[in-house]
Amino acid sequence: MKNNNIILYAAILIFGVLAPFILPAFKVQLSILCILIVLALTWNIQGGEMGYNSFGNILFYGLGMYICASVQVGMFFPLAEWTESGGEKTFVHSPTQFFQGMAFGLLAAAIVPTIVAGLIGYSILGLRGHYFAICTLGLGVAAGEISGGIEIIGAGQGFTTPPFPDVGSLESRGQFFYFLSFIVLVLTFIAVKSVYSTRFKLVLNAIRDNEDKAEAMGIQTMKYKIIGWMISAFFCGLAGGIMGGLVGYIDSTDVAFDGREMGVFMVLMAILGGKGTLWGPVIGATLFHLFKEGFWTYFLGWQYVALGVLIVVIVIYFPEGLMGWLREKYPERFGEVVDEADRKAQVELK
Amino acid sequence: MDLLIFQVPILMVQASLDGILLGILFALIAYGMALQWGVMNIINIAQGDLVILGGYITYFMYLSGIHPALGVIVAPAIMYFVGVGLYKLVINKVVDRDLFISILATFGISILFMQLMNFAFGADVVLANSEFGTTMLFNNSVTLPNSKLFSALISIIFAIGLVVYMKKSKLGRAIRATAQNARAAKILGVDTEKVYAATFGINAALCGVAGSLVAITFTIHPYMGLPYTIRSFMIVIIAGLGNLPGVAVSGMGLGMFEEFADYILGTEFRIGSVFLLLVLILVYRRFKLSKKREYLK
Repeated sequence: MKNNNIILYAAILIFGVLAPFILPAFKVQLSILCILIVLALTWNIQGGEMGYNSFGNILFYGLGMYICASVQVGMFFPLAEWTESGGEKTFVHSPTQFFQGMAFGLLAAAIVPTIVAGLIGYSILGLRGHYFAICTLGLGVAAGEISGGIEIIGAGQGFTTPPFPDVGSLESRGQFFYFLSFIVLVLTFIAVKSVYSTRFKLVLNAIRDNEDKAEAMGIQTMKYKIIGWMISAFFCGLAGGIMGGLVGYIDSTDVAFDGREMGVFMVLMAILGGKGTLWGPVIGATLFHLFKEGFWTYFLGWQYVALGVLIVVIVIYFPEGLMGWLREKYPERFGEVVDEADRKAQVELK
Repeated sequence: MDLLIFQVPILMVQASLDGILLGILFALIAYGMALQWGVMNIINIAQGDLVILGGYITYFMYLSGIHPALGVIVAPAIMYFVGVGLYKLVINKVVDRDLFISILATFGISILFMQLMNFAFGADVVLANSEFGTTMLFNNSVTLPNSKLFSALISIIFAIGLVVYMKKSKLGRAIRATAQNARAAKILGVDTEKVYAATFGINAALCGVAGSLVAITFTIHPYMGLPYTIRSFMIVIIAGLGNLPGVAVSGMGLGMFEEFADYILGTEFRIGSVFLLLVLILVYRRFKLSKKREYLK
């Protein structure tokens, strides 16, 4: 079992490294896939494991996106002038400036959302159930509306991120962003996996299953909830920062705080794959991306209709997701001990 | 930041008046939300989209030459069946499930409605002009469109009508019984399934009325639904479930808040300030409740 896992991970890693060379036409798609998986994984930390179903993690994603681009521009040029008149035409980043800016931008894009999550966490994570869900929904939309009114980051007309500098071949832009997102994906996966193998995950699950009881057991639930949300925000912000560079253009409600797309996607992907599992979000995101690309390409215009129907169908018929379904069907594979006599009795009862 | 409102105090009268009339309309939508929340324990994210759909019904009546004021009768009649259909198709499968499931399912419905309306009616901002004219007050310094007065009047009539209906009619009693205890109501012979369907239908009908009033007094657009959902949710949590006078008062309060925010912060922050207010209210509520919990210890 252990060996199999290592082979699996090695295979995925090798595929990940070679993917842009095997499938050069799909580099952007693969980068987006990596970002989607990261988002699904981060959502799953507090949505799946902790039971705090957030609609507002898009806040961290959008925040990361704006911060990364702002730092990247602001380090070298006046930000206000850049956004005011399409500054990308007057100011040009040299390759060194671009990569330096990107590095610091991503750093800030990861740290600031984490701090924000920590600051608002104490107030917002005290809400329970649907109040939390609606509050985070409001938070995400409010962020989008407010950032759409702030002049220095482009207000309603959007913000063009620095164009990729000319460093030789045409392929380099795609490869750069692909490897960046792949590295973030690997980091996220390792972080999430190692977090899930500690007591921390058990605490999160205890909070999900019965928060009052967990508190009565002497667990400082608030502390763990905030830390869980901060981990989520860290990688969410990072993913947003990369996505901003990849898309090349930031708009407040259509790209950054896009509750109608990314905000729903991350919830849906985690649920599709099976929330509360390690691999569920990964599988869910992959399936969803395939579905989405198919629909967005062949049924353009109908994609949101399909999305709406998909949400309703998944939520009603597969609330446990793919992994949950498999787990029900083959419990032995998941390391659960099944008592044969008990199972027979169950079948007879039915 | 624009401080014009403090320099010209008459604008405050204008804003308050607009806000109160607008708030009465919000209260009507919130009433529907409180109804289904109380009875079925469902928070319907698609509430605002039902409002917009009702608005489009009125808009099409207006286009075909019928006076849009008649929309307040036709729209709820159609929307009632939309609501019942929605219940039969989707909502009845999520009624007794986890609340998050119902939120997510109605969120899906909301996206679906948004996009279908976008296809069917186009992405333009439209309005149904009622040609009611305007009234000028205080030496012409405060303008008051008669359509707003009309909308407030109709909202009040429908709200009172519904309260009376809930008190007196057989179905109303069944709905209230189900809200108190669905199981006991079932034992006593109430067909709860029917009650749920009717509740959802009534809610949709209320949204239809509100929607046609929105179409007459303001504008409608396929994507404008979510703010109405958030507003009604906010009004219900400020007032508390089952507190009808509270719903009316907090509705007016929210309307005034919005108008003042519009003047002071600027129109681009209007929707943002509503959503931010929601977050602040929830956080305030959380601290108030946690104090109570500590006290109980």
